[in-house]
Amino acid sequence: MVRVIVDGIPVDVPAGSSALQACEAAGKEIPRFCYHERLSVAGNCRMCLVEVARAPKPVASCGFPVGEGMEIFTDTQVVRRARRAVMEFLLINHPLDCPICDQGGECDLQDQAYGYGSGISRYQEDKRAVTDKDLGPLVKTVMTRCIQCTRCVRFSTEVAGTPELGLVSRGENAEITTYVEKALTSELSGNLIDVCPVGALTAKPSAFHARSWEYKKTDSIDVMDALGTNIQVQARGGEVMRIVPRVNDEVNEEWLSDKGRFSVDGLKRKRLDRPWVRVNGKLIAVPWKDALVALARRLDGVSGDRIGAIAGDLCDAESLCALKDLMTALGSANLDCRQDGAWYDTTRRDGYLFNSDLTGIDQADALLIVGSTPRHEAPVLNARIRKRFVDAGRGAFPVGIIGAPRCDLTYDATVLGEGPETLAALLAGEHPFADILKNAKHPMIILGHAALTRRDAPAVYAACRALAEATGVIAEGWNGFNILHTAASRVGALDLGFLPGAHGRAASSMVRGGVDVLWLLGADDVPVERIPADTFVVYQGHHGDAAAARADIILPGAAYTEKPGTYVNTAGRVQRAFRAVFAPGEAREDWRIIRAFSEVVAHTLPYDTLEQLRERMAEVNPVFAMTGEGAALLPGAGVADDPAEAVAFDEAPFRPVIRDYYQTNVISRASQTMAECSAVYGVAAAE
Amino acid sequence: MLEDKNRIFTNLYGQDDWRLAGARRRGDWNDTAAIIARGRDAIIAEMKASGLRGRGGAGFPTGLKWSFMPKGSDGRPHYLVINGDESEPGTCKDREVLRHEPHKLIESALIASFAMGAHASYIYIRGEFYREAEHLQAAIDEAYEAGLLGPNAAGSGWDFDFRIHRGAGAYICGEETALLESLEGKKGQPRMKPPFPAGVGLYGCPTTVNNVESIAVASTIMRRGAAWFAGLGRQNNAGTKLMAISGHVNTPCVFEEELGVPLKDIIEKHGGGVRGGWDNLLAVIPGGCSVPLLPKSICETVLMDYDSLRAERSGLGTACMIVMDKSTDIIKAIARFSRFFKHESCGQCTPCREGTGWMMRIMDRMVEGRADIEEIDLLEQVTRQVEGHTICALGDAAAWPIQGLIRHFRPEMEARIQQYKASHGGTGLIAVPAGVPVAAE
Repeated sequence: MVRVIVDGIPVDVPAGSSALQACEAAGKEIPRFCYHERLSVAGNCRMCLVEVARAPKPVASCGFPVGEGMEIFTDTQVVRRARRAVMEFLLINHPLDCPICDQGGECDLQDQAYGYGSGISRYQEDKRAVTDKDLGPLVKTVMTRCIQCTRCVRFSTEVAGTPELGLVSRGENAEITTYVEKALTSELSGNLIDVCPVGALTAKPSAFHARSWEYKKTDSIDVMDALGTNIQVQARGGEVMRIVPRVNDEVNEEWLSDKGRFSVDGLKRKRLDRPWVRVNGKLIAVPWKDALVALARRLDGVSGDRIGAIAGDLCDAESLCALKDLMTALGSANLDCRQDGAWYDTTRRDGYLFNSDLTGIDQADALLIVGSTPRHEAPVLNARIRKRFVDAGRGAFPVGIIGAPRCDLTYDATVLGEGPETLAALLAGEHPFADILKNAKHPMIILGHAALTRRDAPAVYAACRALAEATGVIAEGWNGFNILHTAASRVGALDLGFLPGAHGRAASSMVRGGVDVLWLLGADDVPVERIPADTFVVYQGHHGDAAAARADIILPGAAYTEKPGTYVNTAGRVQRAFRAVFAPGEAREDWRIIRAFSEVVAHTLPYDTLEQLRERMAEVNPVFAMTGEGAALLPGAGVADDPAEAVAFDEAPFRPVIRDYYQTNVISRASQTMAECSAVYGVAAAE
Repeated sequence: MLEDKNRIFTNLYGQDDWRLAGARRRGDWNDTAAIIARGRDAIIAEMKASGLRGRGGAGFPTGLKWSFMPKGSDGRPHYLVINGDESEPGTCKDREVLRHEPHKLIESALIASFAMGAHASYIYIRGEFYREAEHLQAAIDEAYEAGLLGPNAAGSGWDFDFRIHRGAGAYICGEETALLESLEGKKGQPRMKPPFPAGVGLYGCPTTVNNVESIAVASTIMRRGAAWFAGLGRQNNAGTKLMAISGHVNTPCVFEEELGVPLKDIIEKHGGGVRGGWDNLLAVIPGGCSVPLLPKSICETVLMDYDSLRAERSGLGTACMIVMDKSTDIIKAIARFSRFFKHESCGQCTPCREGTGWMMRIMDRMVEGRADIEEIDLLEQVTRQVEGHTICALGDAAAWPIQGLIRHFRPEMEARIQQYKASHGGTGLIAVPAGVPVAAE
């Protein structure tokens, strides 16, 4: 620790801190534009100038290292003059079009101009104009507003790992561009909008839709991937206008994937807003009461083992718990949350979790990725791997992959092989990467769904686990054996035991006619075309996708922004989302639909309020009593599966599970923005 | 005045052979191994004692700069980088060294590199210096062939490699950290200091960046001794210096002269006098375009060295003076400099990027006189707002010439404005209302 005196206040800061950090530690606010905690220091905006005793000139505090006994002055005449000077320079070529700028109200330049700006311009000359750039369907540019802070350049180079932006030309003519006018190819490009301190980069889909102060802001959890990114849903007049990330260093730092941010328009399209019942082959809209009675009649006399339920990828834990209780009450053990047919070791909780927690990546010093493409399955997690790769320095963080990713992962990764035979070689110690894992202090394995959704998943899993135990991936005080999920609801469902019970049927069996009545809770990605015509399908969900089209009864539910819900992320972290807006029309929160139906079939579930339901969840699995940190460390839930049958390795290579990043669930498929992205970046564009 | 026996650059005008044979005849490469045998500390001590100050413009003591290099290596190599990106308008002294004395530079680079523990040295030559780079390359090739470079260079036991890198024409790449960026293959933009290059320089390794002339004089200082060099010039302004005169003189030239000689004598002796006589003199810019000008009254008495010129609120800079007689439109001359700095600003940091353009535009109006008298004060304030607030010294360099103009020629500027108003009936500009709080107040 180094003692620094800021405006007469002594503070202790770690050695190597910058003067700016010392000032913040002393409670002094330092204005800044180019400085960003998660990016490298550029020191080019010159707004953070402070005076340091015995320095001849004011220094840029963001890049000035502190020394023992250093005296910093943040509010002297020199400092104030310097900041006003910089502010004046920034504004002379700025268009000052705040009234029509989407950044207005949340603009660093606007805010700081109140503190350091002048009441009038002394600039008599013509202002500079800069041509706008086309950065693709997500990021809108008004480059005349740009103050050349280069945050966007540093973000795309350092965090996103797609160095596609740069500052070209020099002096007054310097401008930010992609060099060749092409769309940004990052799945994190939306974060450029957040890092831009002015209105140069704004969101294209929500351009001119609302002003930042009009939003009602609600904390929520992203469901587009299994990371559980902390988000804030911003709504106006019952309509979700945009989604921005919240800071959570243990989950998403302060980033959000493009799908999580820009799928919002999908929440307004193709919505199921009233119950439907199929009569004579045609769906007709009916009141709630009729729909529930019709369903109860259909269930009358059907034995429990002929009823089944499959849960989808976006469900909240509350509705999963309620549906499981209902199924149990109806005498059914046919439950499954794995619509993709994945296999997990459900006998213990660490058999299906990202055990090292996401923060574990920051310590890892060797990584083996088996059957996963993190860039598409969890872009924010991929950025974390990249951060580790960059921080570790050249060669200090070797990454090996089994299975051929379709994209550049943004860090150097060696493809060790494409199928399980490489895993066998590693296990036998024949492959040099086994030694890399063994010699690492914190080795890590990420096992993905390209491996877990195969027929030989138990064998792949067993091989990975054996490799982990042999190479120190699982050791005293360190568990780097990680499952990377792709579905936001999956871990919560596994924790609740939403799995086939004794003699229960798995999803594939239910779909192929194993049950007479099939309840799909947001399960949109089951192969509906395989469901026999005589199976009665109940679809409970929020979007009119393929599964709803096949349904005999549709119960309109709420999307993730429209209900309070609990989600467990891939690392086992239990997180709560709040309701931002109400579901459209007649649609209701999912657990309430199930609770209401339970009364109609005379198996009334024993909870009337959300609190009671959450107590029940905690009863099923105590992890649900622990929102926030710590939950990930809880041991096995004891949702015993049948022991896996011994299966042999399949020869085939691992195939990526995500074909098109922008079209992975009902919400993103309903989104025009995502469709546009898919056309620009997706497989359609590539083919 | 400098006596012939004290000249360092004896082939400055290329009258003799610039190749190895000629250089040897003039004493270069004469038992270089013996100099190196004196050891690192002795060489640095000698350089410190000589009082040599950096010849690129800033005037930082060269020996002291060398001593900042780490004594031992922590595994990283050390580098000497020689700044041959001579792009300052009015300045052409290093060019003569590269053309006619390349071996003096190479030998001195070997000595300097040894003193800093560097086994490799790069010279960054201005791209436009095509012939000069050719000469230097030819000299390097000769030196390698003669065993003066490469392993066991000149029999000294020190392995030393010397490479040329040619710039692409950006003024900013003459700034030491921008030069390093450019040398690494990146865009030439200055780095933040600290860390200083002696700690983290080229490719993140300890590096010293020196001007061509600062390095080239090292071999002679080591041969003739620090006392000889320190005996020339004035206290704290020791030695000889390459200087140049351009502009309105009868015989513009590059020459070597002792520091501390009166400016007037230099103009009379080397420049052959001001065109039309001394009384026709308007002003002199003493060291490249980035230092403030001196009006005739100061030129009468001022001495050509670092401290004397600093005392007159100007600077020695590169000591390449631009002489302007009374036919010069001094406002237009300085406006041209403003255009140059606006063009060469790298655009990295705010005050310089925005300020140079603003200054240029006001200066352009000042040339016409299409401005208000108050705008002279505004212009002065803008230069103060740029000065000292930027990453590198280019911001200061852009501000100083204008400050010099306002300091010494404000009456001319006001007269021009009044003349314009009289002939055009006003400026056509919107006046800034009085009493509104403005920045920098």
